[in-house]
Amino acid sequence: MQTFNVAIPTQLRSYTQGAARIKAVVDAESPRLRDVFAALDARFPGIRFRMIDEAGKVRPHVQVFVGMSVQRDPDALLKPGDEIMIVGALSGG
Amino acid sequence: MPRAARPRVATPRRVRLLVATRKGLWTLTSDASRRAWKLSSPIFLGHIVHHAVLDPRDGKTLLAAARTGHLGPTVFRSLDNGRTWKEAATPPAFAPDSGRVVDHTFWLTPGHASQPGVWYAGTSPQGLFRSDDGGATWKGVDGFNAHPQRKAWCGGDQDGTPDGPKMHSVIVDPRDPAHMYVAMSSGGVFESVDAGADWKPLNQGVAALFLPMPDPEYGHDPHCVRLSSNPDRLYQQNHCGIYRLDRPATRWVRIGDNMPKSVGDIGLPMVTHPYDAESAWVFPMDGTDVWPRTSPGGKPAAYRTRDGGKTWKRQADGMPTSQGWWTVKRQAMSVDRFTIAGVYFGTTSGEVWGSRDEGRNWKCLAQHLPEIYAVEASA
Repeated sequence: MQTFNVAIPTQLRSYTQGAARIKAVVDAESPRLRDVFAALDARFPGIRFRMIDEAGKVRPHVQVFVGMSVQRDPDALLKPGDEIMIVGALSGG
Repeated sequence: MPRAARPRVATPRRVRLLVATRKGLWTLTSDASRRAWKLSSPIFLGHIVHHAVLDPRDGKTLLAAARTGHLGPTVFRSLDNGRTWKEAATPPAFAPDSGRVVDHTFWLTPGHASQPGVWYAGTSPQGLFRSDDGGATWKGVDGFNAHPQRKAWCGGDQDGTPDGPKMHSVIVDPRDPAHMYVAMSSGGVFESVDAGADWKPLNQGVAALFLPMPDPEYGHDPHCVRLSSNPDRLYQQNHCGIYRLDRPATRWVRIGDNMPKSVGDIGLPMVTHPYDAESAWVFPMDGTDVWPRTSPGGKPAAYRTRDGGKTWKRQADGMPTSQGWWTVKRQAMSVDRFTIAGVYFGTTSGEVWGSRDEGRNWKCLAQHLPEIYAVEASA
């Protein structure tokens, strides 16, 4: 079991009852980013599909940071203590 | 087609317009007089709502197709006439290995009266989905989505409308739940007689001036297809004209040739009278030059036929007589179910207009809304 801190953008806080930060508990020996998305969806049903499409890709106007780096590959391995930030990417109109 | 006597129907006690916009959903309600209208507060403010529809079978289930600028597409459901809403547990989505991704759900259609809980959804890019539980969960209709000809019918993304190719005008024959029509921009009109297990093109006689072949089997651009009160009669506003089809014939007749030449027969929406299959309305737009898609000459007007498209009458009393550069999208025109039907439309400039006398007189019912995508009249 590993726990990751996840920052939730305003666009998705209707799922988290307004919470801006969530602790995602992942039960995997070598946790990957997609395990965090699955953990979020188990706790907040529906949240994953708003961020990740049916082909498994991060949606175009959603951005994901692991630490200080952009990470759009759901298969990316995570290190203990990685901070994950989900943001609504800049898009006008 | 002889005109049938209009049936005696119970007068609705109120009218509610579901106004779906690029920035949320609003309702406009009136009592049976249809004189004074009340605009609601926004619902789903900031969400892109392509369509919102009331289930006429129970009169209380509402579905809204929504996404946001950042987030993926979903369907919201209300089981109590809009007081509370829940998200679908599994919104329309293609099979993970299909290589296709739903950008947005564009069209919602309640199923047959004998199948409570059944709904259909058309998506962008073109896909057909079905729910058997009132919109809580959705599955792809494989007979269309996995049809070996589907890719040929739909073409590539460059063949679609500017904001994505769409499936729309999902129609269920009120006499037979297995008999359905769908339309696609692009792709054309398609028919199924086996509840969606297989589909065949239904486009003979429809122009497709953007294709090199003279009478293609598919690849057309229907903007809106409606079933009239006679379920053997279809009307179609196409990218290339206005058409009528009386089944079992399979060749559409271009009734738009009877429109005034100075106006033409290009437009997006088309609606039919609830009890008179000879009556229908269109809202023409300028399809010349670079396709401004605004009211021809800046003089907005609806056009109505009362004889199946043989003749058309301009209906603009109350609308601006000049400098009215309106665009009315394909889902943004609707008709209520009063014997003297009310006709309504919304503009991309955020105004809702209505007529309580079948288009003779028009009044602005709401303004300053965001870009209007859809207007649905319901009880």
